[in-house]
Amino acid sequence: MLRPNRRGGAVAASAFPSDLGGGEPLIVVRDLRRTYAVGPDRVAALAGVSVTVERGAFIAVMGPSGSGKSTFMNVLGCLDRPDGGEYRLDGEDVGHADPDSLAAVRNRKIGFVFQSFHLLPRLTARANVELPMVYGGIPRAERVRRAAAALEAVGLGDRWHHRPAQLSGGQQQRVAIARALVNRPLLLLADEPTGALDSRTTREIMELLRDLNRGGLTIVLVTHEAEVAAYAGRVLTFRDGRLAGDAPPADAAGAAVPG
Amino acid sequence: MSPAESVRTALEALRANPLRSALTMLGMVIGVAAVIAMVAVGAGARDQVLRQIASLGTNLIMVGQGSVQRGAVRLGAGTAASLTEDDAAAIVREIPGVAAVAPSVRWGLQVVAGNQNWNTTLFGITPDYLEARDWTVTAGRPISDDDVVRGGKVVLLGETVVRTLFGGGDPVGETVRMFTTPLTVIGVLGGKGQNAGGQDQDDVVFVPLSTAKRNIPGMAKTNPRFVHSLVVKMGDGADMAAAQAQIRDLLRQRHRLAEGADDDFWMRDLSEIAATRDASSRALSFLLAAVAAVSLLVGGIGIMNIMLVSVTERTREIGLRLALGARRRDILVQFLIESATLSVIGACAGVALGIGVAVAVAGMAGWPALIVPEAVLLAVGVSGAVGVFFGLYPARRAARLDPIEALRHE
Ligand SMILES: Nc1ncnc2c1ncn2[C@@H]1O[C@H](COP(=O)(O)OP(=O)(O)OP(=O)(O)O)[C@@H](O)[C@H]1O
Ligand SMILES: [Mg+2]
Repeated sequence: MLRPNRRGGAVAASAFPSDLGGGEPLIVVRDLRRTYAVGPDRVAALAGVSVTVERGAFIAVMGPSGSGKSTFMNVLGCLDRPDGGEYRLDGEDVGHADPDSLAAVRNRKIGFVFQSFHLLPRLTARANVELPMVYGGIPRAERVRRAAAALEAVGLGDRWHHRPAQLSGGQQQRVAIARALVNRPLLLLADEPTGALDSRTTREIMELLRDLNRGGLTIVLVTHEAEVAAYAGRVLTFRDGRLAGDAPPADAAGAAVPG
Repeated sequence: MSPAESVRTALEALRANPLRSALTMLGMVIGVAAVIAMVAVGAGARDQVLRQIASLGTNLIMVGQGSVQRGAVRLGAGTAASLTEDDAAAIVREIPGVAAVAPSVRWGLQVVAGNQNWNTTLFGITPDYLEARDWTVTAGRPISDDDVVRGGKVVLLGETVVRTLFGGGDPVGETVRMFTTPLTVIGVLGGKGQNAGGQDQDDVVFVPLSTAKRNIPGMAKTNPRFVHSLVVKMGDGADMAAAQAQIRDLLRQRHRLAEGADDDFWMRDLSEIAATRDASSRALSFLLAAVAAVSLLVGGIGIMNIMLVSVTERTREIGLRLALGARRRDILVQFLIESATLSVIGACAGVALGIGVAVAVAGMAGWPALIVPEAVLLAVGVSGAVGVFFGLYPARRAARLDPIEALRHE
């Protein structure tokens, strides 16, 4: 059940049940809307987005700045609630759920990776990875064991006692990925995960994400870079809060270049 | 998140900023220390006073002849000769709960031993008097019923009298003179020191009641049964107020006082003195409570201030925790525990400091510091409540943060 990854670590394939959950796609979004009031103006960050994401997919989200990518990710991540449209995650209507159930959904079904890592500086790598399990009510001994395994899986088994400041950017992002995976989510959301990394580290992180996806994890990531989008199986292009393109990476790259 | 996890998380956060946490606690430490020290020193002082009052006996009722109402205009104590040994017998007979009644007469006079003389106060007493007023006899023997019946020419000396007449030597068996009557010293009274009013209680001599009446010229002219005062000792747990009322009724009836006429005797309950002392120490307690309230308020505001700063600084952390699945309640509890921990640890340090100060102050003042466990528990409990109360506003601010905005916070 374990498949080796390129760094000699191992990712538990069974952790990401791509083929479970009945026939329904993991994400079903219909006419999703999110409008911000800025003074007297109303900004439609999402102006009716409909998309379906199958289990096990690897999706890249692209588009110009301000086109609504982050807003879309926030809604997918149940951090924000849409003010119009439908959002079903794993067969559950989460578009209209209350804050506490959304917190539970985030804890159990979703892993987040951020551009700026968002590790707590005073905690060790392992304690950072333990955090989602703390809120999931998992006993301490099991937390320690699972956090150590998750760090092992991202190739940082020997750095568990380091604090974020004692790690490189790439290593910090690996810790963040371990943290995102440790509760065995169905969905990994990454908003510009390589935005703060150099190209070599970007490649390492993307290879890690690709291995995780091959292990069955559904990934949606936002990027401005075609090389990053190339790892995905499908690219969603946003423009002015709408879906302007939905194609494999090669076509999307072509479409992104006008003419 | 489990309560234990919340506490661990809160402690971790406080450890991250040890100096700030310590300074925040300082307000609490000083406030609680001041209260604990003042309560302990105050309780020690109060205990001292209560012990002095208890040395008089709180279950005693003193009855004296003469009227308190007529006070200054009456013609001199004792002239009315209203109180008698028969009154004493009647009280024992008719008032329930009376343990003993000790009649006595009192006279200021000079006693002479060899070429030494000394002005002191003489009491003519019965053996009950010694018991009622808790006098002990340290050398020789006490006055007996037989002495009283015979009018024996014997005397007990107070410590002060022994010191002045005999220079501290053993006086038992020696002779002292009162007027022209020689008295044999049969014993020495145990020392009582000063009373609450600062008088030397050991400057006394005791002779049998009958001896005093027979040998002090002019004392028993009008009525051989008269006495100056009665000490009524009530049994344990007696209702002092009820007993006083009953004694008053009995004496008025025996003295044939018309309705509306003034008492021709006065009465004093020593528990009244204790109650007065108690009331003044209660006033002190109110003052202490006010000081405590103000210092806890100041400490609480300090904690609230730091918690607000902390919430602002840790906005991104809060956003992250929310993203990872923390519920608003988890965030609220985390910050509440942080502020409660700050104030309770502060209070515990304050208790330790306060006890140290109390012991030092009491040592200098010369009485024991009384550490009141209730005060310690109250201080810790109340400061925990203060921590929660003043932590509530910052914690609610933290819990209401929007996760997206919190994550984006610089
Ligand atoms: N909290 C907010 N209040 C008001 N307007 C907002 C808010 N968040 C986003 N917007 C607006 O919504 C639109 C979409 O923003 P969003 O952050 O989703 O863009 P994006 O595609 O992620 O851009 P970038 O590539 O720069 O990250 C923008 O016009 C932005 O100004
Ligand atoms: Mg964005």
